[in-house]
Amino acid sequence: MSICRSLTLLLIALVCLLSLPATAQENDPGKALLINLAEAPASKVEEAVNAIVSSGDERARGWLEAYGNNRLSRVKDTGQVVLVLNNRGRDWEIADPLTGENMGEMSRRELDRVAINNTIRGQLEGILAMLDLNAPDPKVREASAQDMMGKVDASLVEPLEAQLVQEDNAGVRDRIALALAIYRVGEGNVEAVDVLAGSLHPRARAALNEAARSDNQELAASATRALESIEQKLKLNRAAETLYFGLSLGSVLVLAAIGLAITFGVMGVINMAHGELIMLGAYTTWGMQQLFPGQPGLALILSIPAGFMVAATAGIIIERSVIQYLKGRPLETLLATFGISLILQQLVRTVISPQNRTVVTPEWMSGSLVINDALSLTLNRLYVLAFALIVFAGLMLIMRKTRLGLEVRAVTQNRAMARSMGIRATRVDIMTFALGSGVAGLAGVALSQLTNVGPNLGQNYIIDSFMVVVFGGVGNLWGTLIAGLSLGTINQLLEPWAGAVLAKIIVLVFIILFIQKRPKGLFPQKGRAAEG
Amino acid sequence: MWLTRPLRERSTQLFLGVLFAALVAVTFLHLFMPQDSALHVSAFTVTLLGKYLCYALLAVAVDLVWGYLGILSLGHGAFFALGGYAMGMYLMRQIGDRGVYGDPVLPDFMVFMNWQELPWFWHGFDMAWFAFIMVLLAPGLLALVFGFLAFRSRVTGVYLSIITQALTFALMLAFFRNEMGFGGNNGLTDFKDILGFNLRTDATRLGLFIATGIALAIGYVICRGIVTSKLGRVSVACRDAEARTRFLGYRVERVQLFVFVVSAMLAGVAGALYVPQVGIINPSEFSPLFSIEIVVWVALGGRATLYGAVIGAILVNYAKTVFTGIMPDAWLFALGGLFVLVTVFLPKGIAGLLQKRRKAKTDNDTPTGQEATA
Repeated sequence: MSICRSLTLLLIALVCLLSLPATAQENDPGKALLINLAEAPASKVEEAVNAIVSSGDERARGWLEAYGNNRLSRVKDTGQVVLVLNNRGRDWEIADPLTGENMGEMSRRELDRVAINNTIRGQLEGILAMLDLNAPDPKVREASAQDMMGKVDASLVEPLEAQLVQEDNAGVRDRIALALAIYRVGEGNVEAVDVLAGSLHPRARAALNEAARSDNQELAASATRALESIEQKLKLNRAAETLYFGLSLGSVLVLAAIGLAITFGVMGVINMAHGELIMLGAYTTWGMQQLFPGQPGLALILSIPAGFMVAATAGIIIERSVIQYLKGRPLETLLATFGISLILQQLVRTVISPQNRTVVTPEWMSGSLVINDALSLTLNRLYVLAFALIVFAGLMLIMRKTRLGLEVRAVTQNRAMARSMGIRATRVDIMTFALGSGVAGLAGVALSQLTNVGPNLGQNYIIDSFMVVVFGGVGNLWGTLIAGLSLGTINQLLEPWAGAVLAKIIVLVFIILFIQKRPKGLFPQKGRAAEG
Repeated sequence: MWLTRPLRERSTQLFLGVLFAALVAVTFLHLFMPQDSALHVSAFTVTLLGKYLCYALLAVAVDLVWGYLGILSLGHGAFFALGGYAMGMYLMRQIGDRGVYGDPVLPDFMVFMNWQELPWFWHGFDMAWFAFIMVLLAPGLLALVFGFLAFRSRVTGVYLSIITQALTFALMLAFFRNEMGFGGNNGLTDFKDILGFNLRTDATRLGLFIATGIALAIGYVICRGIVTSKLGRVSVACRDAEARTRFLGYRVERVQLFVFVVSAMLAGVAGALYVPQVGIINPSEFSPLFSIEIVVWVALGGRATLYGAVIGAILVNYAKTVFTGIMPDAWLFALGGLFVLVTVFLPKGIAGLLQKRRKAKTDNDTPTGQEATA
């Protein structure tokens, strides 16, 4: 209700700005038009509405919308026509339709609603849409034309055709032509079928389906042909959508697993608390948003370094307090870090809350990128996909081009030799573990935009992450990237016919069988690194 | 005979003596002590102790593969749950027409889902002997297939741990699905009687408790028999130096497969005894958390001792009962802390502490520090 109200207010305010303020109220032609509408007998209402439309007054849309919503009333005493902003309760809030000025509240007994009948109400939608088609903003025009699909009736055909001629925006013209063609196909026009043939709009398909069943042989045949070509296009689009969702799921897996690829793959440390480090990153995002209320975008960007730092610090603490004492005992490390994961989960439950927290998606990340009528890509997933690739590239750079990366590889391949060359192996261990943990934190920041942030967040990803690392080949970052993306895509491909849960089971079984065939994963390490 | 050899060992005699003494004592205190006496053991406690004994048998099964074969299975909960489901299916069929919907053949949840007839894999479970065979066969077969594939391609160590975890996770997801025909989310419950005895009477509960104790004793003797046999020695050799054992001419994967399957069957029996005492089986038994918890029982008690596993299972579960009663929030802290403390400070568990006290008496097959962690 309040949105409706504020929209109306806004509209009126805009209208006022546009209309000439100098116009004296008494001379305002709008006043006469409104009174004409209010006083018109049932048979003349249509005429009165048309008069308002053809007046070209920019406030006409607001008036007619209010009229359609029963929000146009007359003050009994003065005979003035007013807009009702809020019709709840005894006193109604009213405004002057000519200036948009708020006139305060008035008892509803003193107001007389301007009557409307159902015929007019039915036409009003089309009339309003036509008004929008004249709006200066091409986006409004396009949206309005989009709304008209399948709603065109005989009365609208002529004005639409006129509009088609004078419209200069190609996108809008396209939509109008489509809306008209849908109507014409419904009327049995064969040529209009060709206009619809290329369209992916569901209304166009519905119209063609209808036509394909009609008695008119020629029409039915050409409609069937058009439908076939649409089906083809749709199939392509659906495949593209599946691929997109698959890559998106894959990017999440890559993000979750890439930190593990460093701690498990490179250092050989099984960190079962990795999922909880992801969770810490996600909670950092939530915490940052609490620190900067009302600025979710800024908070999110600041969470990227903050999440990294928080998780990396947690990682260093874990490494120093537990893992360093369990060097060379992978199974014990697994158990101890699992214990840590339990403690971290319970810590979050006790300190923050067992319930999920809401992380706000900033405006520039919500919504979707519309490719065509059948395909639109959600922006947040697109961002996460890009983020995953950036993180991957960054890690690749660190491992390949920096001194840290060089030292890490040296320590991995031959610890004793590296130490005798003067590398401080313990320091390298800490740095590597901090890096892997920090990346888990980054994954958490990204995940907070896609899933619920709760104490169980990490648990949901730990098994998948290990699967990705093992599938890709331990110690191989490229392997992790390819394994993550392909597992995500396979999962999405299976989903339509197997269902989400079964798809996941199939993927798990597939990996289990795959490991039997190639125990070292997709891209096994070769040479000296493999011996370590 | 490999099975009678352990009976001549002092450690086994001691273990069996303590176990039977405990069984007799609990039975006596339950039956002959007056209700209001402080020494009276209530039927509730008897069932609780029976539950601990099931866990103890499960822990012995895990210790067999982890302690003596070096395979850290994070999926033993799956075998336990499969045995439990086999028993649960038998108990479901025993309900007959006493269910809520009164259908003579179909369990309630199937009627609820509008199924017209029994799925094929539910046939035969109305007969006790068939169900009891399935208790052994279902986990055994899964272990056989999984183990055959894994050991043949020499998947060991951490990799094996992770894929066993994936196995139980996949099974959990599968059993959560209603279409699987195992009751989905709710699992199997509302059992009435077993072998004609009403499950709600104290006598049946006591009987189940004693049966569990005997099963634990048999399971212990079997495991002890295996580890003291020649096969057991080879299996310890596989644990400590797999490649060397292979080069000596032993078929490592066959030894591993045999021990793994035996262990899975023992876990299945534990699950089957667990279900009638707890009265429900649902997919949460497949959860990776449960499987990994079993490992920490064994780690606390002491690996490669068998009796340590029993001590660990009973201690941890007693602590769990106490903690979740007094302050439920603290339990996960305690459990998590236990994982860390045991692995860092008590690598040989409680059994290790006991052995340190009596250094003179050491089993020659008890591993020492580093070797045991292969």
